[in-house]
Amino acid sequence: MNADRRTRIKLVGVASLLALSSLVACKREQRRFRESPPAATSANNVSMSELQPGPAVTNVQLRDPYEDNAYAVAQGKQLFDQMNCSGCHSHGGGGIGPPLTDDEWIYGSDPQNIFSTIVEGRPNGMPSFRGKLANYQVWQLVSYVRALGGLQGKAVRTTRDDHMMYKESEQARDKGHPTPTFVPPTSVKQ
Amino acid sequence: MIAARSRVRLGSWWLSPHLLTMTVAMASTACSGFQSVLDPKGPRAEAVSKLHWTLLSIATVVYVIVIAVLLYALWYASHRPLPAGDHPYRETPDQADTMKRGVIIAVAVTVIVLISFVFASVSTGSTLGRLGGTKPLRIDVVGHQWWWGVTYNDPDPHNQFETANEIHVPVGRPVLIKMTSQDVIHSFWAPNLSGKKDLIPGHQTITWFRADTAGVYRGQCAEFCGHEHAKMAFFIVAEPTLKFESWVQQQRGEAQKPTDSLQAAGERVFLNGPCAMCHTISGTGAGSKFGPNLTHLASRLTIAAGTLPNTTGNLAGWILDPQSIKPGVKMPPNRIDPQSLQALLAYLENLK
Repeated sequence: MNADRRTRIKLVGVASLLALSSLVACKREQRRFRESPPAATSANNVSMSELQPGPAVTNVQLRDPYEDNAYAVAQGKQLFDQMNCSGCHSHGGGGIGPPLTDDEWIYGSDPQNIFSTIVEGRPNGMPSFRGKLANYQVWQLVSYVRALGGLQGKAVRTTRDDHMMYKESEQARDKGHPTPTFVPPTSVKQ
Repeated sequence: MIAARSRVRLGSWWLSPHLLTMTVAMASTACSGFQSVLDPKGPRAEAVSKLHWTLLSIATVVYVIVIAVLLYALWYASHRPLPAGDHPYRETPDQADTMKRGVIIAVAVTVIVLISFVFASVSTGSTLGRLGGTKPLRIDVVGHQWWWGVTYNDPDPHNQFETANEIHVPVGRPVLIKMTSQDVIHSFWAPNLSGKKDLIPGHQTITWFRADTAGVYRGQCAEFCGHEHAKMAFFIVAEPTLKFESWVQQQRGEAQKPTDSLQAAGERVFLNGPCAMCHTISGTGAGSKFGPNLTHLASRLTIAAGTLPNTTGNLAGWILDPQSIKPGVKMPPNRIDPQSLQALLAYLENLK
C-alpha cells in the first residue's frame, strides 16, 4: 500500500514536471514575417566616437531586435551570401575585406555600429546598402555578423548551409587573432 | 448560444442538397482539368493513367466478387435447415474437400492477379524510363523557396535565356528537364504530363515529358518545402512549334527599353531601389539571381509562382506587401511613394 502510494507520488511528480517543461515551449523565439517596410535608415544618430564636445551626452543605443533569435540569424546567413558579403568577407574569414570571426572590430561591434557600417558603408571598400535593403534585413545581417564573431548566445545556431557542408558551423569555429594591418585613427575599439 | 446557432446552421447545410450536388460536381470535374492525373496529355501521364484504370477496374471486380460471395454466404447460412447429428457444424469429408478446392483456387487466382499487377507495373515503369522521341528540348529547372527558375539551354550561350515559373514547350517534342534545388528538396509535378521527380540540393535529377495536346497545364511543388509550399506552382504552356519558336525569339531578346518618361522613371526606381538587389532584367544593370528573372515579366500568366494572375493591381499589391499575400516569402515589403509606384508599374508592364 505504502509502496503503491510512493509510486503514485512519483508518477504525479514526473507528470507535473513534464507539464511544466511543455510550458517552456510557449516562450520560444518568434518568426515575424510581416516586418515594417524599409524606412529611412535609423542609424543616422549613431556616432562613431564616444568623445563629444560640450557636456557629455549618452550615445544613442539601438537595440538589436533579433538578439538571440536563431531564425533571424539564419535569414541573415542567407542574406550574407545573397548580398555577396562573402565576396569580400569570405564566409566570415576575410579576404578583400576584414575577417568577421575574430575579435577585432574596426568600426565597433555593437549592434548599432554594425548596422550603420552596413547602411552607410565604410572607407576603403565597404559599400553602402542605404535604400537597398529593408531595415529588418539589415538587422538580420547584424545578428548573423555578430553570430560570426561569437557575440550571439551559443544556443543561436545558424542552421545548415545551403551548399554542401565543407566547414564547421560558425559557432563551433575557433576565434582567430589576426593583427589588423590598418586601423583608422577614428576607430572605436570595443 | 452562438455556438448552438452555428451548429444548427451547419446541420441544415449538411442536410441540404448542396452537398450532394457538390460531390457529384467534384467527382465529374476530377476527370478533366489543367491539373489532373486523370486527364493525361502526354505519353508518360497516359501510361500511368492506363495502369491506374487497369488496376482499379480489376480491383473493383475482385471487390464486387468478394462482397457478393460474402453476402451470399450470410444469406445461405441463415436460410439453410439445421443439419442433424452430434456435431451439426462439423463438415462432412465431402464438404471439406469442396472447401479445400475453393481455398486453393482462390489463393491461385489471387497470386496470378497480383503477379500480373507486378508485370503491368514494371512494363509501365520501363515505358516511363524511355525517352519518347528524339532531339529533346533541354531545359534546366532550379527549385527555390518558393519559385521555379527555368533556363533554356542552347549550345550558343548567346541564345540561352532564363524565365521563371512558366515553361513553354512545343507540342509533340520530348522535353528533357535537368533539375536541382537551391535550398531544400522540392518536387516537380505536372500531373497532366508526368509524374513527380524530386529536386535535390547539390544533386542533379532528370525527368522528361511530352505534351501531345496544346494547352496550359498547371504544375505544383509536391514535396513539402516550407511555409509557402502550397503557393509554389508553375505553368507548362504547350504550343504549336511555330508559336513556340516565336516565343523563344521574343524571350531571347533583352528587356524592352522604356518608351516614355513615366517608364523611364520606373526603370530608375527599379535600378536604384531594393528591386535590383535580387532580380535580373537583362539589358539593364540589374543582374542578381536571387529572385525570379523579370526580363519578360509582362509576358507571363501569373506572378509569385502561380499565386496571382499577372495584372497591374496584383503586381502593385505584391510589390507593396508580399508578406500579406505569401507570408514568409523572401521578398521584403516595400515602401514606395505613389508616383514612383505608378512609374515602376508602367515600366514592369512594358516588359513584354
